[in-house]
Amino acid sequence: MAEPVSVAAEYLAGSRARAARTVLGQVVLPGEELLLPEQEDAEGPGGAGERPLSLNAGARSRVRVVCGPGLRRCGDRLLVTKCGRLRHKEPGSGCGGGVYWVDSQQKRYVPVKGDHVIGIVTAKSGDIFKVDVGGSEPASLSYLSFEGATKRNRPNVQVGDLIYGQFVVANKDMEPEMVCIDSCGRANGMGVIGQDGLLFKVTLGLIRKLLAPDCEIIQEVGKLYPLEIVFGMNGRIWVKAKTIQQTLILANILEACEHMTSDQRKQIFSRLAES
Amino acid sequence: MVTQSVRSARGRAEVIIAATRGVGAMEEEMHTDAKIRAEIGTGCSPRGPGCSLRHFACEQNLLSRPDGSASFLQGVAEKSRERLIRNTCEAVVLGTLHPRTSITVVLQVVSDAGSLLACCLNAACMALVDAGVPMRALFCGVTCALDSDGTLVLDPTSKQEKEARAVLTFALDSVERKLLMSSTKGLYSDSELQQCLAAAQAASQHVFRFYRESLQRRYSKS
Repeated sequence: MAEPVSVAAEYLAGSRARAARTVLGQVVLPGEELLLPEQEDAEGPGGAGERPLSLNAGARSRVRVVCGPGLRRCGDRLLVTKCGRLRHKEPGSGCGGGVYWVDSQQKRYVPVKGDHVIGIVTAKSGDIFKVDVGGSEPASLSYLSFEGATKRNRPNVQVGDLIYGQFVVANKDMEPEMVCIDSCGRANGMGVIGQDGLLFKVTLGLIRKLLAPDCEIIQEVGKLYPLEIVFGMNGRIWVKAKTIQQTLILANILEACEHMTSDQRKQIFSRLAES
Repeated sequence: MVTQSVRSARGRAEVIIAATRGVGAMEEEMHTDAKIRAEIGTGCSPRGPGCSLRHFACEQNLLSRPDGSASFLQGVAEKSRERLIRNTCEAVVLGTLHPRTSITVVLQVVSDAGSLLACCLNAACMALVDAGVPMRALFCGVTCALDSDGTLVLDPTSKQEKEARAVLTFALDSVERKLLMSSTKGLYSDSELQQCLAAAQAASQHVFRFYRESLQRRYSKS
């Protein structure tokens, strides 16, 4: 019988290629291979002798699947390159097979095009600012990339200022470039972040959790004190409240959110609301 | 004939490793005043009848400044050991995704109770996973010692290593248990080498299962 032998061989080989659907939500490790939906139909059990004859044998209907962070295309399969939980998002408009990605916890940021980040201006050389965004290279920001900036009307940016902007160029081969305007030329909240406040660093996973649409942490924090808060996808959060003490309390709460369960959090919030 | 002895865990070999990424000399890290609590992922390896590996425990994310860190607890000269570990890491890390970038792995030996190189390899792998460096597979290190009458002992203590006729360390990858690195010291025959390699491949299953459980425990907290 071909089946038990092939199963044993796969087990010995260590990583059997599993269907991506069956592994959703589970922890995957680097080195595992995942099968995409249309392939497992052809390779499923009992397929050896009982595959129906199809007239155009070569042309399977291919679904376009997007390979997100933590996955690489390896032949026909997906190779997992980072440790984390496998996630999937259905396509909105119905065409294509959706996006697969690995939700990993990481502290180090790698610039990605389109991400909004908080950077610190480290140098001003001619017409370009060098901004530290936490990646391996500082990003470059032109002085014309601010709302209403012209050659005569330069923006007021000094070394050491905090900038909230987005990447227009970010890949492994080139130096990242960021701008503080959107495609229509409006600032849309980007630009130099004001005086005072506190900038601190958290893990990238926490930022994504806080920016999720249904996150209750931010709503609870908002009810506690009036505050201004900026989230950068590079793991940096800037927060400002009325007094320094309140600012520090908020910073500590947000950092501790990573390790607390929701009950512990509610306890802390109620204790703070009383005092 | 391969006999395996079961020992109680005496002494600890603990390696703390920090992995950081940055361009050459410019390592600008964001200074943080926050204290990041360590994720404790301790666990014991299963002590079934066939397994002679000592107690394992692993802690991840202990140091706040580097991007990733792990502490792996396991029952030449410095340069050659560095080179061996570096070659193993280079074979597994997808360096093409990070050109012009240096990935620095710092290993600190807390205590040495035998099988030091294997422990360093395990710690390096866990730290690279913790830092989120893209890898094409996981790897682990296993040490075998052959004593004067040909008995094979896996994961030897320092005393067993000193008295052994030959000590062999292998680094194996997780996909097909292929050999990534081997470092041997002493006198052994070709068939003994094959025996040791087979025993190491079988033992690496336990190590990879431990990695999986440890990482699952870490991700179950979030």
